[in-house]
Formats: sequence, structure tokens, C-alpha cells
Amino acid sequence: MIDEPLVSLSPRQMAWRRFAGHKAALICTAILSFLVLAVIVSPLTARYGVNQSVKAPPNSYLPPSKLAWLGTDDIGRDLYSRLIYGTRVSLLIGLFSAFISVFVGCVVGAVAGFRGGRFDDVVMRITDLFLAFPFLVALLVVRNMFGSIKWLTYIIGDVSSLRFIIFLLSFFGWMGVARIVRGQVLALKEREFIEAARASGASRAYIIKRHLLPNSIGPIMVALTFSVVGAISGEATLSFFGYGPQPGAGATSLGLLVGQAKGAVQTGFWWIALFPCLVLVVISLCINFIGDALRDATDPRMDAGK
Amino acid sequence: MFRFALRRSAWAIPTLLLVTFLVYIALRMGTDPLASYMRSNPRATHTKIEQYKKLNGLGSNYVTGYFSWLKNFVTFNWPRSIKGSREVWPELKDAIANSARLGIAATAVGVSVGLGIGIFAALRPGGKRDVAVNTVAFVGISVPPYISAILLQLVFAVYWSKWFGNSLFPTSGVYPPGQDGFDLVLMIKHMALPTVVVAIQVIAVYSRYMRSSLLDVLNSDYMRTARSKGLSEFRILMRHGVRNALIPVITIAALDIGAIVGGLIITENIFDYPGTGKYFLSAFGNGDFPLLMPLMVIIVASVLLFNLLADISYAVLDPRIRLD
Repeated sequence: MIDEPLVSLSPRQMAWRRFAGHKAALICTAILSFLVLAVIVSPLTARYGVNQSVKAPPNSYLPPSKLAWLGTDDIGRDLYSRLIYGTRVSLLIGLFSAFISVFVGCVVGAVAGFRGGRFDDVVMRITDLFLAFPFLVALLVVRNMFGSIKWLTYIIGDVSSLRFIIFLLSFFGWMGVARIVRGQVLALKEREFIEAARASGASRAYIIKRHLLPNSIGPIMVALTFSVVGAISGEATLSFFGYGPQPGAGATSLGLLVGQAKGAVQTGFWWIALFPCLVLVVISLCINFIGDALRDATDPRMDAGK
Repeated sequence: MFRFALRRSAWAIPTLLLVTFLVYIALRMGTDPLASYMRSNPRATHTKIEQYKKLNGLGSNYVTGYFSWLKNFVTFNWPRSIKGSREVWPELKDAIANSARLGIAATAVGVSVGLGIGIFAALRPGGKRDVAVNTVAFVGISVPPYISAILLQLVFAVYWSKWFGNSLFPTSGVYPPGQDGFDLVLMIKHMALPTVVVAIQVIAVYSRYMRSSLLDVLNSDYMRTARSKGLSEFRILMRHGVRNALIPVITIAALDIGAIVGGLIITENIFDYPGTGKYFLSAFGNGDFPLLMPLMVIIVASVLLFNLLADISYAVLDPRIRLD
């Protein structure tokens, strides 16, 4: 007597079930989707323009009220609306540079792991060194170096442009991903199915593209989520110290808003400090939780106990 | 063992030269030392400029320039700072001493608390306290140091004095203005908030390392053997569990020095603490090449040193690792 029909689950379905069993990650996904949606339809959700004052002066540093839900800043702009516009810019930076980092990291990591030898040694040494270097110092020094190369500015833009920040954060972002992918490739490449592919005459590029990367999709997804957090907080760090993007009139970024908090502390305008920080923390917390749940969900070792 | 350590150390020196060479190029391109010098000293005489160029190796191309800078650097013939023509070494030394004090305090607090709650969480995986520790670690990772610094300043500096009438912890410097001489209590009070900010990051990272490492160990066969021998639970945990779990943690710790220094740089700037972080950002803002290069050499050297320590400690602590 079998009451339940036997169902076989594909690895993807099993991963999805494990992910769905992670409550915190589900809540975080909901919060993040809500935030992203609110940011995408920013013309509807924002109540004022990015540089618009809420009312005629005196309008600076108004505490949170019906007029301005999260208060106003030094020149009377609505903090809530500015947060929405700023989050949009920050998410854009985070997503773009995460995708570039993951793409470059996958290529370099897979080639290094698969070929081994001198190339592998050199790439991993460089990676180690950069990962161990204080992030802000490396970021600033390299930022100025790239900024001083004239022909490069035609491609990646001026030091204060969004394109440049995305490029800079990707330049530092790929190494962590490369390391993860390399480890994965090293573990996979001795397996029988790779040997079979090689025996049947598949080229190196084909094996990487067709077998190694698809089999590493779990760790790559996890690396992608952490890259997004890394890029968002990297932008915020740069902006905080005044080396961030200047998205031009009519735009701001989460980092720039958090940077304003610095001045607001001593004067006691708590809303200027609290809300931008809160948004940044909530975003990175959510993405971190989702990444962690993804790791648990896609790690085949998790099957053992269940 | 000894030969392994020797070979690794021998590699560190060419790496140090290569990396400082790259840093030299990056700084020369990025800060434009000559232009910054002229900007800060608009009335410098021709001989002064020539001397500045010679001491910093700026007169020629990158390779020969680097070597003439290197020669001056190792013979301690250091150029003076661009702004105010100050001696570099006394300033750098003070900055490093202040940073080291803060860094060691924060690492000590962070590592002991982090390892403690990591062990605590691993004892009952999936239990209530495991979830609590995990959440704390996640919040710690997700809150960047500048945000925790700002929030702590807001609470302790601004609102504490508003509510209770006195400010508990000062938010800037090492001593209040006008204080000279050594005062331990004042110093600890000034260091408390920055230490907490840096320690939060350390706690978040280490509790997770320790938890996962200890969980791996606790599931291994020799733990069962130890238990079947009838050893006490505490002894099993400490002698067989924690000791083995520390091996990967120590290795990661040595590689983590960059993250701690990075946290220090950010934190020092917010708390106006006169360490290497303030030194770096103000020198970088002025394009002060003579101040920046020695600091960069020290950062690169310490990163390499800790990388080396990680490799060697791994080999020493884990006899299963073959060295060749």
C-alpha cells in the first residue's frame, strides 16, 4: 500500500525545495523584491523630484512629518524620494558590476583551474595579494591611476561617472569569483564525465562551457549575490569618503546619502543619518541571507543528513 | 619544514619588490607627485624642485625612477612631505603605533568573542542559540563599519548626553584637546567606540568560521573515538574539537589582515583617530607622494608577511599537509 505517489525530483527542484525551506531567505526575497519594484517604478513611488524642495523655505532639516515622510535634508529636499532615486543608482551599479565580475571571474577561474600550471599559479598569486590588500587603499590608488590614463577615459568615462565606478568595482570584483570557480573546476575536472568528454574529442573551451560551468552553477549564483553586496557597499564606501560617482544633477546614490549622515551626527538630525544607513543595511542583509540560503540549497553535501 | 619556510620567505622579497614597483607606478600616475608639489609649494626654487625630483626618483622613466627611489628608501634618505616639508618617519611611526593599538585591541576583543560564540553555536547546530549567533553574524557582516560608527556616535555622543546629561564616550581623537601625557582611563574611553566598530566586523567573520570548522570536526570519527574512550565532554571539546577546528581558522585569520586594516582605515577617519587611516586619506587627498610611498611599502610588506605566516602556520599545525 503506497498512499503517496513516488515523485522523483530533479536536482533543481530539490535545490528549490531547500531554498523555500529557509524562512529568513524567503522573507528577505520578499523584502528585496518589494524594494526593487518600488525603485523600478520610482516615478510612481517617489513623492517629489530628486532635487525638488518640499515647500518654500524655511524647509531645511524638517523632521519626519506628513509633508516629508522621512524628513528633509539641508536644502529642504524630501529624503524619502531621494532614497528611492539613490537606491536605483546603487542597485544599477551593484548589478552591472556584479555581472561583469562574475563573467570575468568565471572565465579566468575556469581556465586557471582547468589548465593549471604557470597560468594558474600567477593568477592565484595575484588574486591572493589583491584579496589581502586593504580594500579602500587599493580602490583609491587604482581609481586615480585609471583616471589619469587619458585614452581610457574615452572608454570608461571620467572618474566621477557611473561607468567608471562600475568598471572600477568590477576590476576588483572578479578575483573572489575566480577563486571560487577555480576551486569548483579543480574538484570537477578529475571526474569521469569530464574524462569521457575529453576522450570523445571535446575541445577545452567546449568542456568548460558545456560541462564545467553548468556544473558549478550553484557556487556561481552564490558568488553573484555576494558580488552585488560587495559592489553596493564598495560604491557606498567610495562615496562616503568623497571619491564616489557624481551622477549629475537630478541623481544621487545610496552612498552619497549615507555620506551626508557623517555631518548630521553632531547636529542631531537623526533622520538624515538613520534612514539611508537603514536602507543600505537592509539591502545587504537581505542579499547576504539569500546568498547563504542559495549556498545551502545548491550544495550537494546538504543531502547527506536529509 | 625549515626548508619550506625558507623557500617561501625567499619568494617574499622579489614579490615585495614587484608589488612596490607596481604601487610606485600607480601612485606616480595617479597622484602626479610633481604637480602636487608645485601646487603646495608654488614658489619653490629650481634647486628645490630638482632635489625633490631626485629624492623621489621622479626625474626619469618608471624603472630607473623606481630604483633611485628604492636606493633612497633603503638608505633612509627619505624625502620630506610635500605639504609643510615635514619629516615622514616620526609621523608615520606615530600613526602606525596608534593604529596598532586600536587594531590589536579590536582583534583581541573580536577574535575572543567571535570564537567563543562560534563554539557556543556549534554545540547545538540548528538550535535557538545557533540561529541567534547566525543572525548576529549576518547583521555584523551586512553593517559596514561607517554605518555602525555613525549609529554609535549618534547614540553615545549625541543622544546619551541629551538623555543623561553627560557624554559617556568621546567620539574623536585619542585624548581631549589640551591633554598631554599618558592617561590610561582617558585613552580607553576614547578607544572604546572605534574598537567596538572594528570588533563587530571581526566577530561576525570569526564566529562563522569557527562554527563551520568546529561542526566539521565534531562530525569526524576521532571525536567518536575520544568519546568511547570515556573522556569528559569538556576535554573532548577542548582537546580534540576546538584544537583541530582552529587550524583552518588560524590560516584564514592571517589572510584577513587586509580586512582588519581596511576596517581600521574607515573607522579612524570617522572617529578622527590619528592612525594610518587618517594619515593615508589626508596624504592621498594632497597627492603627497613622499608620505604615501613608505606607508604603502609597510602595508604591502605586512600583507606578504601575514600571507607567509598563513602558509607556514598551516603546515606547522596540520601534519597531514605535505610540504613538497
